[in-house]
Amino acid sequence: MSFPILSLTTFAPLIGAALILLMPRANVARWIALITTIVTLALSLVVWAEFDTHVAGFQLVEKTSWLGGGISYHMGVDGISMLFVVLTAGLMPFCIAASWESVQNRVPEYMIAFLALETLMIGVFCALDLVLFYVFFEGGLIPMFLIIGIWGGKRRVYASFKFFLYTFLGSVLMLLAIMAMYWYAGTTDIVTLLNGVHFPPAMQTWLWLAFFASFAVKMPMWPVHTWLPDAHVEAPTAGSVILAGILLKMGGYGFLRFSLPMFPSASEMFAPLIFTLSIVAIIYTSLVALAQEDMKKLIAYSSVAHMGFVTMGIFTLTHQGVEGGIFQMLSHGVVSGALFLCVGVVYDRMHTREIAAYGGLVNRMPLYAACFMVFTLANVGLPGTSGFVGEFLTMLGAYLHNSWIAIFATTGIILSAAYALYLYRRIVFGALVKPALQTIQDLSLREVAILAPLVVITVAMGFYPKAVFDVTTPSVARLIHDNKTALAFDHSIGRLAAAKMAIARKGVAR
Amino acid sequence: MSLQTDLLTLLPELIMAVGAMALLLAGAISGGASRSDNSISSGEKVARAISWGAIALLVVTGVIAIVWTPDRTTAFHGAFVADSFARFAQILILIGAAFSILLADEFFRPNGARFELPVLMVLAALGMMLMFSAGSLVALYLGMELQSLALYVLAAFNRDHLRSTEAGLKYFVLGSLASGMMLYGISLIYGFTGTVEFTRIAQVVGQTGVGIGLIFGIVFLISGLAFKVSAVPFHMWTPDVYEGAPTPITAYIATASKVAAMALFLRTILTSFPHAVAEWRQIIVAISVLSMVLGAVGALGQKNIKRLMGYSSIGHMGYMLLGLAAGTAVGVRGVLIYLAIYLFTNLGVFACIQAMRRGGKPVEAIADLAGLARTDPKLALIFSLSFFSLGGVPPLAGFFAKFYVFLAAIQAGLVWPAVIGVLASVVSVVYYLRLVKLMYFDEPAPSFDRGMAMGSKAIVALAGIVILFFIVAASPIISSADAAAKVLLP
Repeated sequence: MSFPILSLTTFAPLIGAALILLMPRANVARWIALITTIVTLALSLVVWAEFDTHVAGFQLVEKTSWLGGGISYHMGVDGISMLFVVLTAGLMPFCIAASWESVQNRVPEYMIAFLALETLMIGVFCALDLVLFYVFFEGGLIPMFLIIGIWGGKRRVYASFKFFLYTFLGSVLMLLAIMAMYWYAGTTDIVTLLNGVHFPPAMQTWLWLAFFASFAVKMPMWPVHTWLPDAHVEAPTAGSVILAGILLKMGGYGFLRFSLPMFPSASEMFAPLIFTLSIVAIIYTSLVALAQEDMKKLIAYSSVAHMGFVTMGIFTLTHQGVEGGIFQMLSHGVVSGALFLCVGVVYDRMHTREIAAYGGLVNRMPLYAACFMVFTLANVGLPGTSGFVGEFLTMLGAYLHNSWIAIFATTGIILSAAYALYLYRRIVFGALVKPALQTIQDLSLREVAILAPLVVITVAMGFYPKAVFDVTTPSVARLIHDNKTALAFDHSIGRLAAAKMAIARKGVAR
Repeated sequence: MSLQTDLLTLLPELIMAVGAMALLLAGAISGGASRSDNSISSGEKVARAISWGAIALLVVTGVIAIVWTPDRTTAFHGAFVADSFARFAQILILIGAAFSILLADEFFRPNGARFELPVLMVLAALGMMLMFSAGSLVALYLGMELQSLALYVLAAFNRDHLRSTEAGLKYFVLGSLASGMMLYGISLIYGFTGTVEFTRIAQVVGQTGVGIGLIFGIVFLISGLAFKVSAVPFHMWTPDVYEGAPTPITAYIATASKVAAMALFLRTILTSFPHAVAEWRQIIVAISVLSMVLGAVGALGQKNIKRLMGYSSIGHMGYMLLGLAAGTAVGVRGVLIYLAIYLFTNLGVFACIQAMRRGGKPVEAIADLAGLARTDPKLALIFSLSFFSLGGVPPLAGFFAKFYVFLAAIQAGLVWPAVIGVLASVVSVVYYLRLVKLMYFDEPAPSFDRGMAMGSKAIVALAGIVILFFIVAASPIISSADAAAKVLLP
């Protein structure tokens, strides 16, 4: 057995959390948390370096016995999951740095909650056993609940309860589906389930719906998205970054990892539903975003719209659509995280998120205005930024599948330009007339250090998306190929059954 | 078939019986002398000595139960069984009893402890051990009455306290009613099968089929058993008794007595009526679903933490009954894992509740927990870990408890009860979250008295370790539960 690099990456943050528990002082906790997250990032980059981009299957696999009876501790990554591990590890140091001064209350607990959350999030993307996946997937609720509830804004209690209960309700049904799969297949091992197990189409329908309940809430898809604006608005800045950057990606990842390959017939059957919900999400939430008075809420609604592109793309089951969906998730992880950090910058100074309280910031904060503009344009999907690649590919995929879907989705792009630029104009441009803003300071060195790398990544992903596609392409190709074969198999079974029925009927008629 | 081998088979029970009587004598002799002196402190000393003697007795019995493997697994013509199922439950209730006595010793110390308390608790533990070792309906009744009578007295132990006496009386009246119903069921089963031995009943039912009279018998028997595990619709006593009884006694009723009653439930139903699954399954499913739902909804509006735990235990019994309803070895394994985790979690919670004191007096209102994370972070941490675990949130132990029970239910095709169950668990999470919210999000209430007693600290630490680290050390517990379950359903 080789060096367990994935387990190390996953559990490194917990080691940091344990250290903080031993030395619960604010400043020590900050430094330990920062160092731990940077070490974890380095480890995740090692994972990337070790990753063989020519292999479609799972790599860096670790497997030891755990609960027994076909449930084991099984970790590994493929082209679909690997970059999410890097994304998670990559965003965390920014979150810790962004909380450096804005969080003064119960700092050790805050850092422990974030580090525990990081372990659970990385675990979600590495787990190759359904029960293990579920443990990581649900375990994240506890630290996030505490982060929103303890360090959140005015309506934090309402938001934290809503967040917890929505997600929990969706997930318990998935748990029952996992159990049904266990009894059918005798194991919860994801690799085995992907490669050798074929669920009967009727069963697929139920399993698909149960998984959908969980992932649609997590994603979030319209109409179960309402927890997201509340959670985003009330969470502290770093909490919003994690929510938008990583937690939302778990739903899309779940669709890719489970729904599409394991329940191909059901996915085909329910694809129109997904497309409808995606289109509604893209258009409706974009319109809602236009009407927002709160910066964080506006970005939250725009997240729902962007996730609509993701679900639309991956359910087209074309190369372009699926790869675009993955790219869109990665890009959105960086861009929306960065946008929340930008909101956090002015919130730390003025302690309000109301758009009307700002205006003319470009006069006193040119650096900030420049950074904010890059992320706004990436959010709009301007060519040359990361946002363009994902949106373009998902649209292309949708067009190949059904041109009407693409036409509706295009209106969403126009609307996204409207709300994002409108937001930017109201905050940054115009005359600096508000008296409270007269003395506002531009970005500090710490804030530059946080935002500059994100600007670089956003532009780099826009100009050189190949770095991402090199990793994802083999696994996506395999996913689509397997899906097509499984579908053909299901259809042949269906035809066989129909033929048998017809023969039987003829026999009766005679 | 000599008397000696019969007695040796029941060695742990025998040691408990003799030990309990020895403790009673020792207490009566030394305690009687001190009372004439009119000195309270020496009475306290006697009570402490007897408490520690009782704990030592439980530990010794536990060690013997682990190492002693009798030649035969049945004794007294099948009236008692000593198999690995009984041993699993024995270990659990001995742990529960020992820690409850430890809690009681600390609880009563300032207000005048009495040596009768540990003796009664040991006697109740003996009754529990006889319950799930029972191989016949008569032995079952014997053990259950020994346990119940001791618990009635214990619930009313704070005799100058109105609530405590009320709890004792309620428990007694309703418990007697349940005992009566059960006895009636036992006589019907005896009348229609001609035997009281579980295995013989199974044979007879297998040969003659299930008649209407026998069904009546089963229903009455299940009613009595459902009362003991406080399943809906026989749950009414639970919140009142939980609230009124002294906290360590509530802990005892919530942990050891529930473990014993549930183990008894499993053994009685599964070994006596494997050929009447269709008949009893619908009853068990119904009371299970009702318990899950009522436990979740009933706890929502509670203001007293012990009352809330009462409703919470009704819900948990509902989940366990779902494992019984599955009627398979997987189901029994699930219930046993559930019982083990439930025992440790509840002991931890009640040790925490006992630490809720202001000015030397116990406080029990949920609102008193406000802001506990600031005034006593460690207590708040254990409290909230326990509540998340009871709510079944991974990666804590409580998740695995529910996981194995639902796994069995799904295997047995009980999909709808399982769906209702997981939805009820979401509702139950609401009130657990409310407690966490009070402790972590709200402004602090006046802080509790400083300094948790040593015994409580040990219990809380142990509970915390079990809750957090079950996930890494699960497989030995699962495999021993598996072995115990296979005895019942080979």
